Amino acid sequence: MLDILARIFMKDAMNSKDIARERLRLVLVHDRSSVSPEVLNNLKEDLIKVIRQYLEIDEDALCVNFENDDQSVALVANIPVKGFRRAG
Amino acid sequence: MKSKVIVITSGKGGVGKTTTTANLGTALAMLNQRVVMIDTDIGLRNLDVVLGLENRIVFDIVDVVNGNCKLNQALIRDKRFDGLHLLPAAQTKDKTAVTPHQMKNLTNELRKDFDVILVDCPAGIEQGFRNAVAGADEAIVVATPEVSSVRDADRIIGLLEASGLRDSHLVVNRLRSKMVKRGDMMDINDILDILSITLIGVVPEDESIVVSTNRGEPAVLENASRAGGAYRRIARRLMGEEVPIMAMEEESSGFVGRFRKMLKLAR
Repeated sequence: MLDILARIFMKDAMNSKDIARERLRLVLVHDRSSVSPEVLNNLKEDLIKVIRQYLEIDEDALCVNFENDDQSVALVANIPVKGFRRAG
Repeated sequence: MKSKVIVITSGKGGVGKTTTTANLGTALAMLNQRVVMIDTDIGLRNLDVVLGLENRIVFDIVDVVNGNCKLNQALIRDKRFDGLHLLPAAQTKDKTAVTPHQMKNLTNELRKDFDVILVDCPAGIEQGFRNAVAGADEAIVVATPEVSSVRDADRIIGLLEASGLRDSHLVVNRLRSKMVKRGDMMDINDILDILSITLIGVVPEDESIVVSTNRGEPAVLENASRAGGAYRRIARRLMGEEVPIMAMEEESSGFVGRFRKMLKLAR
């Protein structure tokens, strides 16, 4: 009975099983993509090499990762720009 | 009927592969099948103790593949069922003492005399796993409703497909209905949404498993055991019988269960 009441009054609180399911989903995105942390790091370094030709970026703050919403998985790169290189 | 080789695997250790093998093997023997269970966990054998056959071992699987003895000299007949046999693992060697090729020959040899060959796979994805799946026609993946176990099961399902094994079924083991009801344990659908595999049974967390393992007598022999009942139903499904999988197979059907159902109806 208590947990029925708890469920009515704390609808927003996330069950621990929802947390488990969400964590599992995220970890499986990595596992299934067969992209190891090493590969991801190589990708990151190559990205830096290319972008550096055009932009001044904060290499330490650069962050590349997989994110997923309900349906799809995306490779998300967050690249802080410090300045633009002069053309020519 | 054509005999079949079924590997019982999970990736993660401690989720109930050996318990599942012992109980399904015994339940299939109760259905008058000629069954042999192979323990491929070389160096860490345990199926013998779960079955209560540890005092009868003379030869083991490594002796067989090395030609130290004949296959039927190493087979241990179960105390309770004539049709039930165990081929024990070696305890003093390691998993490289047998090759996948030898395993395939071994299972093919056993097909001549048995209806069902259950292969108890060691934890991990190394050679022990490759040995266990080498001769298999289908797989039973055992997982508990935990992040680590389901994650490893997902990896194992991928590896099974990569090795050409497409006929895989999931056993969800050690489900606690009370925890599921209060939202503190993933339920069957949560797991099935994630894993691309068909469900063949749900085994509740049950203290009778501990007791039966203490005794060396599989829980399926115990009529009152809920886990034993779940394994008996899985065995019938393996034989092609249609036994519906209830949402919560461990739901108590006694007075308390009926009372709960009445409450649900009233709400």
